[in-house]
Amino acid sequence: MTVGESAFLIPEFAPAAAEIVVLCMACVVLVVDLFVSDRHRWITYGLCLLTLLMAAMATAMYVPRETVLTFSGTFVSDPLARVLKLFTYSVTAVVFLYSKDYLRERELFRGEYYLLGLFATLGIMVLISAHSMLTVYLGLELLSLSLYAMVAFSRDDPVAAESAMKYFVLGAIASGCFLFGTSILYGVTGSLDLGQISRAVATLDGLNIHLLFALSFILVGVGFKFGAVPFHMWVPDVYQGAPTSVTLFIGSAAKIGSLALLMRVLVEGLGGVQESWGGMLLVLSILSMGIGNVVAIAQTNLKRMLGYSTISHVGFILMGFLVGTREGIEAALYYTIAYVIMAAAAFGMILLLSRRGFEADELEDFRGLNARSRWFAGVMLVVMFSMAGVPPFLGFWAKLAVLGAAVDAGLTWLAVAGVIFSVIGAFYYLRVIKLMYFDEPSETLKLGGGSDLKLVLSLNAALIVLLGIFPEGLISLFNQLVMSAP
Amino acid sequence: MIGVAHYLTLAGLLFALSVAGIFLNRKNVIILLMCIELMLLAVNFNFITLSRFLGDAAGQVFVFFILTVAAAESAIGLAILVVLFRSRRSINVEELDSMKG
Repeated sequence: MTVGESAFLIPEFAPAAAEIVVLCMACVVLVVDLFVSDRHRWITYGLCLLTLLMAAMATAMYVPRETVLTFSGTFVSDPLARVLKLFTYSVTAVVFLYSKDYLRERELFRGEYYLLGLFATLGIMVLISAHSMLTVYLGLELLSLSLYAMVAFSRDDPVAAESAMKYFVLGAIASGCFLFGTSILYGVTGSLDLGQISRAVATLDGLNIHLLFALSFILVGVGFKFGAVPFHMWVPDVYQGAPTSVTLFIGSAAKIGSLALLMRVLVEGLGGVQESWGGMLLVLSILSMGIGNVVAIAQTNLKRMLGYSTISHVGFILMGFLVGTREGIEAALYYTIAYVIMAAAAFGMILLLSRRGFEADELEDFRGLNARSRWFAGVMLVVMFSMAGVPPFLGFWAKLAVLGAAVDAGLTWLAVAGVIFSVIGAFYYLRVIKLMYFDEPSETLKLGGGSDLKLVLSLNAALIVLLGIFPEGLISLFNQLVMSAP
Repeated sequence: MIGVAHYLTLAGLLFALSVAGIFLNRKNVIILLMCIELMLLAVNFNFITLSRFLGDAAGQVFVFFILTVAAAESAIGLAILVVLFRSRRSINVEELDSMKG
C-alpha cells in the first residue's frame, strides 16, 4: 500500500465507540456544568453517571469474534479489554456515588471532580486498549494529568496542594523515564507497535544490553505508576494528603490503569524477554511486600496505613506477573480486581464516617464503631479480614491464586516470603477490628451518610463475601480471558 | 563525522542533567518544572535521532505528541504551583515536608 492510499483510509470507529462516547460526553458535561447553579449540581453528577452507563452499553454491544485492531494498529479491542473496561465503568460509578456526600459537605461538590474523573476514566480506557507505545503514553498521561489536578482541586487545603506537587514532580519523572525507555526500545526494535515490538523482541537475546537498558527505564515508570518500592515515595503522602474521595479514585479505579499498563507493555509487548524483566520485578515485589507491610504497622492515619497496604498488595500483584506463566498472569489480574473491590469498600467506610469538618481518617476515629453501628462495623470487619487474606473472603482466594502460581513455577521461597509478610501485615488490619469491637467509642454520634451510599457500600461488602464463598466464577472468567489473549 | 551514537550520548547527557537537577535542587519548585521539561526534550532528541536512523516516521510523530503533552503537563504543574503558593506563601522545596511516616 502506498502512502497516498493509506492516508485516505478511514479507520474503523466501532471498536473505539465507548472512548468516543466518553470523550464527547465529557465535553458536553464541561459546557453544561458552566450553566448549572450550585443548587442543581446534581445534574453534572447525573450526566457523569449517564456517560458511564452509555459507555458500558457501547462496550457491551460491540462483541466481535476475535481481536480487532484499528487506527493503524494503535488501538485494540479484545475480550480482556472489554471486560476490564466494563469493570472500570462500574468502579468509577461506585467511586462517584461514594464521593457525592463527602464533596457536598466540603463545598467541593462542583463539576471538577466528576469531569476530571471522566477524563481519568478515558485515560484508563485508552491504556486498556493501547496497542502501540504511543497510545500507551497518551492514555498514561491522560490518566496521570487528571489525577494530579484531582489531588490539588481542594484549593484551600495546603496539605492537598503539597501532596499534589509531590505527586506531580515524581509522576513527571516517572513518565520521563518511561519515555526514555520507550525511545531506546524504539531504537532496538525499530517500531512503536506492540505487535511488532513483540516479534522483534522474540529474535533478540534476553541479555541484549540495549534491551536491558530500555527495560530498566520502562520498569521505573511502571513501578512508579503502581507504587512499588523503591518508587513508592508518593503513595503514602498522596493517599493522606488528597481529599478522601480522590484517594478513593486513585486507590481503586486508577489501579486498573496501572494493571493495563503492565499487561500491555510488559506481557504483550515484551513477553518474549520475560526472564529479563521477571528478575527486576522480583526485587520490586519482595521490597514492596516487606516495606509496605512493616511500615504500615507504624501508621496512625488510616489513609496512610491503607497507602502502605496498597504497596504491599502491589508486591503480590507483581509476584503474579514475575512468575511469567499464564497461571501467574491470571492470578495477578484476579488479585488486582479483588484489591480494587476491597479498596473501594475501605475508602467508602472512611467517607461514610466523615462529616462536615471531620475527616475520620485516623485509626482512633474507628474506635468503638460496633457500638455506633453494628452493620457498618461488620462491613469494615469484612473488608479488613479480606485485605488480610483470611478465608473465606475474596482477598484470601486472590492471595492463594498468586502464591499457587509462584509455587507451581518453582519459586517456593518467594511464596513463603509472601506468606510471612502477609502474616506481619495481618497485625494492622486486625488492629482496626480490635479498635472497632473491643474499645469504647470516643463519641456516640449516629452515622451520617445518604441511604444510597449505605446501600452501595453494603452491596460492595456483600460482593467481597459472595466472591469469597463462590470464587470459581471470577477465576474462570480470567482464565478464559487470558486463554484468548495472544 | 558525527554519528547516531553522538546524538544518543547528547540525549543521554541531557537526560542525566535533568534528573540530577531534580534531585540536587532543594530551593525552588520552578527549577523542578524546568528540569522536567528538559527531560522530555532529551527524550525527543532520542526519538528524532532514532527515527532518522531507522528511516521510520513514527518516531517523529511521537515527538509531536510529547511536545503537546509536555505543554499540558507544565500547565498543570504551574497551576498546582499557584495553589501551593497561595496556601503557603513559599515555593521552597525543603518546606514541602508537612507529612511524615
